[in-house]
Amino acid sequence: MLEFQNVSFTADSADILRNVSFTVSERFVAVTGPNGSGKSTIAKLIAGIYTPTSGKILLDGVDITDLSITERARMGISFAFQQPVRFKGLTVKDLISLAAGKVDGKKISAADACAYLSEVGLCAREYIDREVNASLSGGELKRIEIAMTMARGSQLTVFDEPEAGIDLWSFNNLIDVFRKMYDKTKGSIIIISHQERILDIADKIIVVSGGEIAAMGEKNEILPELLKGSGGCRFTASRKEDC
Amino acid sequence: MALDPIQLELLQQVAGLHEVPQGAYSLRINGALHGKNSSENITIEKKTDKPGIDIYIKAGTKKESVHIPVILSQAGISELVYNDFHIGEGADVTIVAGCGIHNGGSEKSEHSGIHAFYLAKGARVKYIEKHYGSGDGSGERVMNPTTEVYMDEDSYMEMETAQIKGVDSTDRVTKAELAAHATLVIHEKLMTHGKQFAKTTFEVSLNGKGSGTHVVSRAVAKDDSRQVFLSKIHGNNRCSGHTECDAILMDNAVISAIPEISASHVDAALIHEAAIGKIAGEQLMKLMTLGLTEQEAEEQIINGFLK
Repeated sequence: MLEFQNVSFTADSADILRNVSFTVSERFVAVTGPNGSGKSTIAKLIAGIYTPTSGKILLDGVDITDLSITERARMGISFAFQQPVRFKGLTVKDLISLAAGKVDGKKISAADACAYLSEVGLCAREYIDREVNASLSGGELKRIEIAMTMARGSQLTVFDEPEAGIDLWSFNNLIDVFRKMYDKTKGSIIIISHQERILDIADKIIVVSGGEIAAMGEKNEILPELLKGSGGCRFTASRKEDC
Repeated sequence: MALDPIQLELLQQVAGLHEVPQGAYSLRINGALHGKNSSENITIEKKTDKPGIDIYIKAGTKKESVHIPVILSQAGISELVYNDFHIGEGADVTIVAGCGIHNGGSEKSEHSGIHAFYLAKGARVKYIEKHYGSGDGSGERVMNPTTEVYMDEDSYMEMETAQIKGVDSTDRVTKAELAAHATLVIHEKLMTHGKQFAKTTFEVSLNGKGSGTHVVSRAVAKDDSRQVFLSKIHGNNRCSGHTECDAILMDNAVISAIPEISASHVDAALIHEAAIGKIAGEQLMKLMTLGLTEQEAEEQIINGFLK
């Protein structure tokens, strides 16, 4: 279980998050809210890319607030970037092998790599030896990023806006991939997203606005309210008079 | 005379060989010709006027290879060797050269090879050259290779050069002249560390109609090392030329990339690209989210970049 206890985060003297507390024990949790609300900051705080200014982050009761990215990864946290990173020279197979924990130059078997790629709808034969460089499209990179998180098999996987930078056709396929992940995951998945169709898969939805939690609850409770207002206004109205 | 373990290790590093090769080869050890062998289509002759060999490849020879490794395992040897390759019309061969220096002493070891390639019409050559240094002596390991390439019509040459470790000082010069429809592709990989210095100069003259070249360099400079990359392409006819230098800079190292393109024909299409930068922070971060330490991530990124 992941727990945020009164987490605040300040950057360049701006308050990005203020006293954010929540727990994640469900299988699939979506974090949503308007642009600039602090959603992606939450994802980066979980992965250890940012460190809170105050407050605590716990994983299964262990305080991980001051642990590095590497230490958190080794404890079972996976993180899929909003903009997947490109590498000159490293192939899809190299990255999936590293994700599967093979750091010493050994590679996972072609059959295993293929299994992960098939899960995300890529033809393994075409992709396994391709370099993860600028020749791949945004949609292809996103799928490879997801295949890497599958290879890790972590207890907690965080996706930062998986829908960003891909076309509608790729997005429809992505939804299917997440539905499958929901069925198969043995841990928890947290997705930062604006997309109704992603929110619709979630067990629980956390709405963030202006750096604070505006609402949190089961999907059936939160989603209808979100859809009534425009862009989560119903929840932000409780905080901001001008909304 | 059998090779000792250090010589075998050098041979493995520069030529990927576990023993004296089969087929056509010439093996030079510590300043003298150790052995050579000609095959039916490939003749290797020792030069009589200066150190070095002439390699004659018959017209139409297909899918054969020649190995010409050089090994220096004694400190204090300096040599200058001339190797000339005459590749017959329509031949298609692989040539593997390379130099390994083990210096366990305090004196400088130096190998300078001057290689000239004469490709006849329609000949195809894949040329692989690796440089490697080992040994913990204080003596410098120095290699200064010069490569000259003369390409007749419709010929094709692919040149892969790698110097990844252990060479203290290098001044590499590659010059090429291309006739009509000849193509030259060069891939250079270079890593320097410690206080090493490496300078590479490419000068390709596209003289014939429809000739073309790609000169691609990937380099990593660590510690206090220095690198200079010079690449000149002259477009003297309807031709296409592309030069690219992509370098990763680390620690206190210094890299200069100086691409130059010059054209004297309106249909010459020439492009140069050069980029120097540190490893992107997001690349390190991505690999750390997979459980690698920062150092492990750095190694993976560099190994991939130079692969």
